[in-house]
Amino acid sequence: MDRQENYRKWQVSRRRLLKLAGVAGVAAVAAPLLPTLLTKIGGASAESDGTGKKASRRQWAMVIDLRKCEGCVTKDQAPQCIEGCNKEHFVPQGQEWIRVFEMEGAGGHSYFLPRPCMQCENPPCVKVCPVGATYRTQEGIVLVNHERCIGCRMCMAACPYGVRVFNWDQPENPPGATFASYSPEFPIPHRRGTVEKCMLCAHRVKDGKIPACAEACPMYAIYLGDLTEDVATNGKEVVKLSRFLADTNAFRLKEELGTRPRVWYIPGHGQESGHTVDAEHQPIKTARSWQEMEATDKKASAEDHGGH
Amino acid sequence: MEPGAEQRLEEVALRPLTHTSRGWYLWLGLLLLLTGGGFWAYSTQLQRGLAATGMRDTVVWGLYISNFVFFSGVSMAGTFVSAILRITGAEWRRPLTRVAELTTVSALLMTALMPAVDMGRPDRLLNLLKYGRLESPLIWDILVIPTYLTASAIYLYLFLIPDAAVLRDRLKGKASWLRQRLYSMVAVGWHGRPEQRRRLEIGGGVMMLLVIPIGVATHSVVSWIFGMTYRAGWNSTIFAPYFAVGALYSGMAMLITIMIVFRRVYHLEEYFTEKHFRYLSYMLVAFGVIYLYFSIAEYLTVSYKLEGGEKLLLTELFFGRYSYLVWPGFLLGQILPLLVALRWARALPILFTLTILVNAGMWIKRYIIVVPTLANPLMPYEWGVYTPTWVELAITAASFGGFALIITLFAKLFPIISVWEMTEGAEIAAAKEEPGSAAARPATLAAQSGGHGND
Ligand code: SF4
Ligand code: SF4
Repeated sequence: MDRQENYRKWQVSRRRLLKLAGVAGVAAVAAPLLPTLLTKIGGASAESDGTGKKASRRQWAMVIDLRKCEGCVTKDQAPQCIEGCNKEHFVPQGQEWIRVFEMEGAGGHSYFLPRPCMQCENPPCVKVCPVGATYRTQEGIVLVNHERCIGCRMCMAACPYGVRVFNWDQPENPPGATFASYSPEFPIPHRRGTVEKCMLCAHRVKDGKIPACAEACPMYAIYLGDLTEDVATNGKEVVKLSRFLADTNAFRLKEELGTRPRVWYIPGHGQESGHTVDAEHQPIKTARSWQEMEATDKKASAEDHGGH
Repeated sequence: MEPGAEQRLEEVALRPLTHTSRGWYLWLGLLLLLTGGGFWAYSTQLQRGLAATGMRDTVVWGLYISNFVFFSGVSMAGTFVSAILRITGAEWRRPLTRVAELTTVSALLMTALMPAVDMGRPDRLLNLLKYGRLESPLIWDILVIPTYLTASAIYLYLFLIPDAAVLRDRLKGKASWLRQRLYSMVAVGWHGRPEQRRRLEIGGGVMMLLVIPIGVATHSVVSWIFGMTYRAGWNSTIFAPYFAVGALYSGMAMLITIMIVFRRVYHLEEYFTEKHFRYLSYMLVAFGVIYLYFSIAEYLTVSYKLEGGEKLLLTELFFGRYSYLVWPGFLLGQILPLLVALRWARALPILFTLTILVNAGMWIKRYIIVVPTLANPLMPYEWGVYTPTWVELAITAASFGGFALIITLFAKLFPIISVWEMTEGAEIAAAKEEPGSAAARPATLAAQSGGHGND
């Protein structure tokens, strides 16, 4: 039952709140203050919860090797990470929790960039949620409590990576979903009017399995890592995480924002290492100067022709 | 006041309460139709969920949030005009404080309604109280807007008490039983006794000092819903004052519009005079110029640097897919209305048109703050598209209808001019002019033109 541990902690602080609220008989206007304080207290005591577990707690991370990812075009398939995710989570129609973008790199060639949730260490989405429905577990996974989400979509506005999707309509659920025991780590059934996102397969990683996308990737491009133990694996090989990142000039998306993503990318097809790939939201336009060069070339050759 | 002016004021101010024209019923019918349509649209939305709207994963907010920002802006009128003018003791304010405060309350009700309509899970509204977290900018709004609403409602109410007492006494036995009850309840035993007056003064004084910072706070927290994100177009440090000034501009224009309507319909020519419109126009121009300054400061700095996302946004705003909104909004809503600084543009039909244009422009501005920024891709995907559905349009129309409806009904129950404040103003003027002589009171207009007798 320890998969429910984090969720239970929420409930505990909630119960505490209710008790306190009862005793104090606080005015409704002051109420929002209390959960905040109590979560703070609850969070603080949980971190040093006396079990001494803190040191050994896992800190999940992900590494995506762009050298290997080919968007599954060479396999003539839809991106398998998306497919794997869809199957694992019964992702509602029209949503993609992990997306694969075709990026244009310097020099005019293109490469593929799978984008799961970055599981930010300083997650903007968590900060803005008015009811604490989005929260970050102590193992570094950002989850959504679909039983609490009010559907304000503030988190969607705040996420700088466009990760979050919304159940605008009643999503289809797998048969028997109504009887499934819901947990934010494995959010079935899906509910209308709530927000959805990639949650690093929280239900799998705690059982020692790599996320569904990583498992489905035919190129073994996706690694699950643990910062505490400093290892990462794609299901085929195990690497020393810090070394792997250092050796490969790994970078993170939009690092300048300070969200401190837990997803690292290993540059491959010529993208400048350490550079934020999508800083300009468009192909990195060295092409502009090329156009100019071309233009001058043309002009020059035209002049040549004219000369003859 | 010249003899008889007091009676005339009461007659003019109270007449609409007892006499109802056919036009009024037509107007009421129209507003009820609009609001009714909104309820119908909302019930559709409840059934079908937010899928009934045009919002989708990229553009996650649309008309509702635009309306929310718009109405919060309109609500600034009352606070500013009424409270600031009262504090500074501007005598000419007397006939227009009530309209201003009423506009605030009515606009704030619509402001509060819009985010609720926008919620994906309206059934979980109470979660905001149960689990509210102070870190979230949304909670700041949830705290501040009801506070502002309460404060401005109290503020409106306090200065209504003496007038309700007048109504209680004048309409005794003339109005329906229900109305008489209402007036005597609202009047809470007011008899204008010195110590009652003193208490009103203290209470009103406290409220008017309170509503100003609360009003400024409201516009700041509304802006911070956007300003606290990383998005191009929202990621700005000047958003709070930018919104506050925009609110003043928009609210002032709305106040002028409503005053012109009341002047015409309720025959208040004697009380809403050229002088009022001149002063309000000057204030409108002042806010307009400050708003322009903020707009330039905002857009110039980002367009100079042309940081990636900002560049994309600006290009689409000024030369791309939103230029058909941006340019008219800017030229007609922000530049053209500055004409009211000139005398000929203050002819009421022109002034009316220009103030309407201001608010049309401000609404567009709200829309282009909300939608294009969301549509601007964060990752290399296509621009988001957003086309409002009839549900959103109907609810938007209903919010304007509801705004007008509240004002209309209120004006049916209570005088739209603060009668007792006018009388008090006249007394002050008389005392200044010729102490002791009631017969030689200055002409009626002195009540508005102020005891100081200068412009
Ligand atoms: S949509 Fe749900 S998870 Fe996101 S901010 Fe609103 S309440 Fe929180
Ligand atoms: S990537 Fe977006 S959704 Fe994921 S943790 Fe960061 S801000 Fe939240």
